[in-house]
Amino acid sequence: MTGLFSDTFLAALLFGAVTAAIPLLLAGLGEQMSEKAGVLNIGIEGMMIAGAYVGFVCAFYSGSLWVGFLAGAAGGMVVAALMSLLCVRLGLNQIVIGIALTLGLEGLTALLYHFQFSRSYPRLPAAETLAVPLLSDIPLFGPALFRHHLIVYLAVAMVGVMAWLYRRTQFGLNLQAAGDKPAALDVAGIDVIRTRTVAVLFSGGMAGLGGAYLSNVGAGLFIPFITNGAGFLGIVLAMLARGRPIWVLIGAMIFGGCLSMTTAAQVAGVNVPIDVIQMLPFLAVMAMLVLFGRRASLPAALGIPYERGAR
Amino acid sequence: MTHDVSSAPAAGLDVSAAQVARSALIRRLATTIGPILISLVLAGCLLLALGVNPLSYYGFVVQRGVLSGLGLQQTLTRMAPLLFIASGLIVAFRAGMWNLGGDGQFLLGAVIAAASVTPMVQVLPVWLALLAASLLSILVAVFWSLLPALLRAYQGVNEIITTLMMSFLGVSLANVLVKLMFLDPGTTVPQTRTLAVEDRLPRLFDTTVTSGLVFGLMAIIIVHLMMTRTAFGLKLRMVGANPRAAIHAGLNVPLLTVAVFALSAGLIGLGGAVDILGIQGNVRADWNPAYGLAVIPVVFLARMNGFAAIAFVFLLSVLEIGGESAARKLGVPHYFTLVLISIVLLTLAVAEYIDHRFNQARKA
Amino acid sequence: MGTQAPTPIVTLDAVTKRFPGIIANDKVDLEIRAGEVHVLLGENGAGKSTLIGMLSGLQQPDDGRILIDGVATSIRSPSHALSLGIGTVFQHNMLVPTLTVGENLALGGRWWQRPKLAEIAERVAAVAGPLGIKINLDARVSELSLGEQQQVEIVRALLRDSRLLILDEATSMLTPHGVTELGALMRRLVERGFAVVFITHKLSEAADFGDRVSVLKLGRKVGEITPERLRAIDRDALVAEIVGMMFGRQAGEEAVSIPPRADNDERLLEVSGLEIAPSGDTPGLHGISFDIGHGEILGVAGIDGNGQKQLAEALAGQRATAGGRIRLGQQALDGLTVGARRKHGLRYLTDDRLGEGTVGAFPVSINFFLKQIGEPPFWRSGIERSGEIVARGGDLVRQYDVRTPSLATPIGRLSGGNIQKVLIARELADGARAVIFNKPTYGLDLANSLATRQRIRDIASEGMAVLLISTDLEELLSMCHRIAVISEGRLVGIVDNTPGAGERVGRLMIGLAA
Repeated sequence: MTGLFSDTFLAALLFGAVTAAIPLLLAGLGEQMSEKAGVLNIGIEGMMIAGAYVGFVCAFYSGSLWVGFLAGAAGGMVVAALMSLLCVRLGLNQIVIGIALTLGLEGLTALLYHFQFSRSYPRLPAAETLAVPLLSDIPLFGPALFRHHLIVYLAVAMVGVMAWLYRRTQFGLNLQAAGDKPAALDVAGIDVIRTRTVAVLFSGGMAGLGGAYLSNVGAGLFIPFITNGAGFLGIVLAMLARGRPIWVLIGAMIFGGCLSMTTAAQVAGVNVPIDVIQMLPFLAVMAMLVLFGRRASLPAALGIPYERGAR
Repeated sequence: MTHDVSSAPAAGLDVSAAQVARSALIRRLATTIGPILISLVLAGCLLLALGVNPLSYYGFVVQRGVLSGLGLQQTLTRMAPLLFIASGLIVAFRAGMWNLGGDGQFLLGAVIAAASVTPMVQVLPVWLALLAASLLSILVAVFWSLLPALLRAYQGVNEIITTLMMSFLGVSLANVLVKLMFLDPGTTVPQTRTLAVEDRLPRLFDTTVTSGLVFGLMAIIIVHLMMTRTAFGLKLRMVGANPRAAIHAGLNVPLLTVAVFALSAGLIGLGGAVDILGIQGNVRADWNPAYGLAVIPVVFLARMNGFAAIAFVFLLSVLEIGGESAARKLGVPHYFTLVLISIVLLTLAVAEYIDHRFNQARKA
Repeated sequence: MGTQAPTPIVTLDAVTKRFPGIIANDKVDLEIRAGEVHVLLGENGAGKSTLIGMLSGLQQPDDGRILIDGVATSIRSPSHALSLGIGTVFQHNMLVPTLTVGENLALGGRWWQRPKLAEIAERVAAVAGPLGIKINLDARVSELSLGEQQQVEIVRALLRDSRLLILDEATSMLTPHGVTELGALMRRLVERGFAVVFITHKLSEAADFGDRVSVLKLGRKVGEITPERLRAIDRDALVAEIVGMMFGRQAGEEAVSIPPRADNDERLLEVSGLEIAPSGDTPGLHGISFDIGHGEILGVAGIDGNGQKQLAEALAGQRATAGGRIRLGQQALDGLTVGARRKHGLRYLTDDRLGEGTVGAFPVSINFFLKQIGEPPFWRSGIERSGEIVARGGDLVRQYDVRTPSLATPIGRLSGGNIQKVLIARELADGARAVIFNKPTYGLDLANSLATRQRIRDIASEGMAVLLISTDLEELLSMCHRIAVISEGRLVGIVDNTPGAGERVGRLMIGLAA
């Protein structure tokens, strides 16, 4: 048991928590904007895996992680564009389309991977990290929190950007109106369809980026079904955080910590199935819901397509 | 807008009701089969792009999934658990509750069935052991749905998020149970004890098709009739269609909500039991066929109609069984089935939209 | 003014709009001029809302032209309407409840900008001050009263540099005092050169506020009274002329007719000390006590949202009470479920016909029996008996003159009047003893309103007790024996319906002693 609390172990645990949290954070932030605007984006898992695959392929052939990240975000956005066409513009059922997209992209990416790489199983080199000056020298926390790839800091910075966007810009007001009373936004002269489309595209981009991080930095390779429910976790995070980006970050860190603990526990030789640890965050969230049930209020028009002039 | 239909006289009602119903059925078939054909073509293009001849692929799938005796038997066997899941989802969706926790409920049902049946079969008659194990599975699955049900019924907490989380939890818990509590000491593979083949649910006639298929068909037909022909089903549909009207009419909506979740989860859990007691015999660690996610779209395609769901479950099983064979023979991984299902869903949804628009335009 | 007046701001030229099954507007001509309050008067279903929809860019005409400043223009969207200077205050408010007043006013700015709350505060002060409107920009909209929300919407329209302000059924949520204030506000607006279109179905408001009155009926414009004519005649003559346009001859004659009562003053429905705790956005009820005798109609007057719905729901058993007693005849109803109260003969006819009264997607036949699910003869051992349901449904359709293509038609496709007939049939069936009507004629056309009122008089004549909740004072005065006034969850007085009752009720509603 001594190994369990050694500094290096804790540092590895924290480092792993951050790595595991980033995809959840990105997906959660994306989902949050989409939900704020009134679209329940169940397809986010599909967008994530699209980003993971496209991001991996582009990073692999270009040799640049950044190309991979951009391509991953673009991949997620393409899926989101399909989703917004069907669900926002045509007003089709968001849950059906979301699940359909998720299934289809899980299958498609696995299929493409099989035909492209099933014999080579390529890996990417480990991502280079950017040590934040001074901060990274703090014992224990320094290496764990401040020696990551630049994208990690950008992802965390997005929390601030989103909070600013929601609270300090017209766009934030538009999003909230689109989710709570779309007709009011429409008569104020803002296009509801366009606002929601932007939100869904953004969620797709963020999910794609999260997926690309997962394959390129987290794993260094793509395997079929690599997202393994991370997108659904993003939905859970966004719903629990309601409108507050900071809660997505906190939630992502808690979930990431638990995921990291599963690997750490194996390394430390603790004789508990990883499933037990994987259950912890969900148990915590369910307990929170039981205690503060009504807090998880959602936008009034969530999941309801907007049609102008319909009563 | 007010829709004034005052022109028609009150007398002479329902003369054309049967006619209307028939033409509606024909249209529904057309808007179902057309998109499926389009999807096959679209997915065929994908196959072409991958360098596979789509005709030979589809031919192979049909050959292995339907035409060959063994393949057909496998297909019918696969239908058994899927039918239970579909019937559970029909109850929930018709009542307006999004039970997305099917995978957790299914796996827990499966693990409990596997763990309880092997000791019981030592001391009880086989049929009683099977029955008791099934009931236990139902109980556990119902219990697993209780928390989301109560939260939704009495606190108004959105069930999508809670059932999803309970599903993650259930899958993990099922694994924990297999690895820590119900491990078969006889093998090195982490799995539960195995139910002997001769103790499993009987097979139909001289085939390998499990009698679970019959139970599944019964379940989905009973559910269909319950939802469409009984007072209880009408109450559930009313809660789904307009909860405020249900309160106004004096229905106990919270209680009905809990009942819906219990029924839905119970059926899905029973599906898990039937899969184990009739087909698998045991549960391996980390086994998760994720049937739930695949059946949800099927239920939508069938527009929550039990009979249509049977047809779609058959189609899904053909695709899965045929796809698994094709993976071995033609080198096209069975992931292709997922893509095909997804395209079918999308085209069907778009077809429904176009049909709807067309109808509106014609009326105007 | 008059013939050499400048070009109207908006001209409608033979505008036609069709919806499935109906022509909502049939070749309507209209001129809207600066400096005029143009009243659009008509019953519900006359096509007023559709006209506004087209002027505000929510809908497009199928035929005809809309001219803005004399130029044919197609108003493509709400934002286009705004840019043309057309601001609309809709009947159902268009404010985001979760945002503050200031944020709501800021909606519509360029997306990347910071909401200019300080600038808005300045402009609100400049616009609202002279008009005598006070609003708190930091209050969340969900915390405002309906009247306050309406003022916010008017200010919002003015902030957008509207030249034309459309007010859709703006008085339906206001107290009599609030209505007077709104009239004065409209006067100040037109004096400053705005054009106002004021939509209403209340004749007296048209006569009081209009500079020009256009009357719509079943989608057609059936008459217009010009400002010259309006100035030339007195109010009574004006009212008579409008009535003539709206209803032809017979319509003004809906006389006051209070059903006679036997001298049997035995109480049938007794309510004492009813209490409900306020929750969230709904008011509570405090110490509500009244009783209704056999064959008596007790009216409940009051501004919408003062606890009427809560009262009706508490009586019907839909809403939990914190205290008080309800008796129907010898039977105490406290603690009984909705179904049990219904069986004892207490019926509740909701005002929200599609929202809670019916299930729109279900056929007409099933909707007759939604409150009897599982009961024989329509269900036996829980199994639906389609034959019984269709047979009885057909009887009810004929008996209550429900106009429907078939019993299998989803009820959501029927008009409001026909849905109301289904609800009445449902509530009066099999052993009704006391019936609560909540705004029974709201949204109905004249013929259906009259039929509904007669139906209520009839059941009172048969000896049932009737509690008639309405926001239409004329309606209450035309049929009730007594009228109670509800304000902020309390009954502030009960007035016998004798000459002068209207005035006394009006005084009670604004907080004065009767």
